[in-house]
Amino acid sequence: MSPVWINLSYLVSAIFFILGLKGMTRPKTAVRGNLYGSLGMLIAVVTTLLAAEVVSFVWIIVGVLIGSGIGAYFAITIKMEKMPEMVALFNGFGGAASMFVAGGDFWLRTGVPTSDVIISTALAGIIGAVTLTGSLVAFGKLAELNFIKKLKALPGQQIINAVLAVLLLILIIVIVNNPSSGWYWTIVVVSLVLGYMLTISIGGADMPVVIALLNSYSGLAAAATGFVIGNTILIIAGSLVGASGLILTKVMCDAMNRSLPAVLFGSLGPASDGPSAD
Amino acid sequence: QSLPLVIGLTIFMLAVFLGIELISKIPPTLHTPLMSGSNAISGITLVGAILVAGNGAGGLAAFLGFLAVVMATVNVVGGFLVTHRMLQKFKR
Repeated sequence: MSPVWINLSYLVSAIFFILGLKGMTRPKTAVRGNLYGSLGMLIAVVTTLLAAEVVSFVWIIVGVLIGSGIGAYFAITIKMEKMPEMVALFNGFGGAASMFVAGGDFWLRTGVPTSDVIISTALAGIIGAVTLTGSLVAFGKLAELNFIKKLKALPGQQIINAVLAVLLLILIIVIVNNPSSGWYWTIVVVSLVLGYMLTISIGGADMPVVIALLNSYSGLAAAATGFVIGNTILIIAGSLVGASGLILTKVMCDAMNRSLPAVLFGSLGPASDGPSAD
Repeated sequence: QSLPLVIGLTIFMLAVFLGIELISKIPPTLHTPLMSGSNAISGITLVGAILVAGNGAGGLAAFLGFLAVVMATVNVVGGFLVTHRMLQKFKR
C-alpha cells in the first residue's frame, strides 16, 4: 500500500478510537465504544502489515499468536474482582513494548538521528520504563504478593525521586550529544528504578488512581514512540489516551478525596513540587 | 521518519485537547471500564512493534521488535477482552 493510503487508513482508525472513547463515557454506549476501539486497533494493525516497510512476517506472526494467547487466557479466566490488577499488568506490558520499540529502532538506524528523534526516543524509553515497573508494583500490591508487601519506601523517598529525575535530564543531554544504544539502555535502567520508587510508597487503597495515571503514561510512551518512527496513528492514539487518562486520574482523585500532585510524585504526604516522571 | 516535527506536534496537541474534552463528563461506575478500555487503546504501540519486528534487518532489532509485538498484543487483546467483560452489566 502506498503511504497516502496507509495514512488515510490510519485516519479511519483514529476516528474509531475517538468514537470508542466517547462511547465509553456513557453506560448506554459503553459496550459499543469498546467495540469501536477494538475495530480501530484492527484497522491500524492490518494497515501496518500492508506497509512497504514490513518485509518479514515470521516474528510478527509468532509474536501476535503468543501475545493473543496470553492476553485472551488471562482476560477470560480472571475473576471479576481481580480485574483492576490485570489492567495494571497489561498496562505495564504496553509500556514495556514502547520501550522496546524505541530501543529497537535505535539499532535499525544507519545515519545519526536528528535531536528531536533522539529526545523522543529517550522520552519513550523513560515513560515506557516508568510505566513498566510502576505497573508491576501496582499489580503486586493489588494481588497482595508477599515480597511486594514486604518492600517499604526508603527514608527521603522524595529526594531520591528528585535525584533520579535530575539524572534523567542529564542523561537526555548526554544522549543528544552522543547518540548510542548504550546510553539509551542506561536511561531505561534509571527509569525502571524511578517507576518502582514512584509507586512503592503508595498504599493499596490508592492503587486504582495510580493505575489510571500509569495508563496515561503508557499512552504518552506510545505517542513518544510515534515521534521516533514518524507514525501518525501512534501519536494520535497515544496522546488521546495520555490526555484522557490524566483527566480520568483527576476525576478519580476528586471522587476518592485524594490529591493529584500526591499521586503524581509518589507520596501521600503534603504535595511536593518535585519534578514529575515525564 | 518522514513526518516533519511541526506536523507531529500539531497532531499531538490537537489530540491532547480532544482527549481532555472527550472525558470531561463520566459517571463513577464507568471509571474502571474506561481506564481498562483506554489502556487497550494505548496498546497501539503494537503498530510500532510490527514495524520494528518486520523490518527484515534481523539480529537484536528483530528480537526487540518480537518482544514488543508479544507484549503489545497481550496489552491489546487482554485489554479489550477484560473491558468487554467489565461492561457486560451495561449491555442493553
